[in-house]
Amino acid sequence: MPLEVRNLTVVYDGKPAIHNITLTVQAGILTGIVGPNGAGKSTLLKAILGLVPRASGEVWLDGRPLNKPRGEVAYVPQRGSVEWDFPANVLDVVLMGTYARLPLGRRPGRAEREWAMECLRQVGLDTLWRRQIGELSGGQQQRVFLARALAQDAPVYLLDEPLAGVDAATEGVIIEQLRRLRDSGRIVLMVHHDLQTVRDCFDEVVLLNEHLIAAGRVDAVMTRENLQRTYGGKLVFLQDMD
Amino acid sequence: MDINLLSVLTGLIVLGATSGVLGVFALLRRKALLSDTLAHAALPGVCIAYLVGGKQLGWLLTGAFISGLLGIGAVSVITHRTRLKEDAALALTLSVFFGFGIVLLTGIQRWGDGYQSGLDRFLFGQAAALLPHEVVYLTLACLFILAIVAVLFKEFALLCFDRDYARVIGLPVRLLDALLMGLIALIVVLGLQGAGALLMVALMITPAAAARLCTHRLSLIVGLAALFGGLSAVGGVLMSAFYGRLPTGPVMVLTASALFLGVFLFRHLMQGERQRQRPSLSPLERGQGEGK
Repeated sequence: MPLEVRNLTVVYDGKPAIHNITLTVQAGILTGIVGPNGAGKSTLLKAILGLVPRASGEVWLDGRPLNKPRGEVAYVPQRGSVEWDFPANVLDVVLMGTYARLPLGRRPGRAEREWAMECLRQVGLDTLWRRQIGELSGGQQQRVFLARALAQDAPVYLLDEPLAGVDAATEGVIIEQLRRLRDSGRIVLMVHHDLQTVRDCFDEVVLLNEHLIAAGRVDAVMTRENLQRTYGGKLVFLQDMD
Repeated sequence: MDINLLSVLTGLIVLGATSGVLGVFALLRRKALLSDTLAHAALPGVCIAYLVGGKQLGWLLTGAFISGLLGIGAVSVITHRTRLKEDAALALTLSVFFGFGIVLLTGIQRWGDGYQSGLDRFLFGQAAALLPHEVVYLTLACLFILAIVAVLFKEFALLCFDRDYARVIGLPVRLLDALLMGLIALIVVLGLQGAGALLMVALMITPAAAARLCTHRLSLIVGLAALFGGLSAVGGVLMSAFYGRLPTGPVMVLTASALFLGVFLFRHLMQGERQRQRPSLSPLERGQGEGK
């Protein structure tokens, strides 16, 4: 059951942020979105989630249109999108992932707590469950967001630059968890900023700069011409891609 | 203590506690100034309701509620339809609505038969003027608000922390947002008679702010805010009853601010104490650090 994006266009203040994107993301494959700053990578994720208005186009999941997600997509937003001095501890935030399955007004109970602790164990933060979230390091905050998404236990995972500015240990944990999700047959789509590590992280990659430049297996897509077309003159330093 | 004072006291304790609870969410949702604008914008509604239909409290507060919501609507239109930012929209709306309210109020007191209207109690609050049956309605309405907050506690918390995530997991975010704002509008209007339009927001925000300084657990913050709000009401009602006819609103706000100050100083002292006890940073090391 793939995630299908058809002719998706998003317009900000009269200017297109992403233009006519058509894309199929397969389950069981780790897919990365790569492109320069302002290419519309985060916008693409938000448009799939319905968080920004779509000027045109559709998103289909499992043969059904995805307009208002109801918990079937787990989203890991950029760390800077929330205020970390909010009065909550680590477990409180991870428990939010279970709200998707709880009816309005029902508090998380013991089963939810145990499940949330299990998700914290997966990202190696179970000993810090009582810690105030503002006291965590950036990498730990990113892992808390990942644990919240794991707690949601969804068929689709969309992640917005989870590896930006994190320590090596956190990077290892996140990649390990993403592989685990991939191997259990989830759809995993992740915005990534670092060209150097694309080959290590992903099976497939999407090159984006307002338009879709190329998409497919990493080896086939990461060619010199494609990268030039994505980054234009901004890409001065090029690895040996051959 | 006479029975009338006791009933007013009970009503205002519940009112203070409810304002404290909603104040926490107003703070977290960054709606403190919007709540203030709402309270000021309620004043012309009171006056128009008086001119149109008489002085029954329920009717006056209905007018206040409608005009408060119109104020919020004005802020929303200005923010979304022009290039002005929210602070400008708030300042504009607050002053226009409040100015209009003062004009109407003065007009009613000078030219009509309304010099005895008692409408000025909506400016500064005069809790003693509450009639026993009004206290009953006030208390019931506050309990209704508290019940809704208790049921939707986790939803409101998530809405304040991460609105996008709340939307993604399928919460009716707009509805919850509107409900929260509606409850804030309701408590502001309910507090008009007791605390007054000028200072009602302080009765929400000050207890919540003091509670926020005490702990990082949201449920505890909410409980403490309710306690501080209730205590402020006690201070306000008792002092205004025993020291002549002091307006309740300012005295309640002073009590709340004294609580805030107490908490602030206590935290400050505790922090200083902890730093002094920490052995890792000796004066010598500190001196070296500065020397770099």
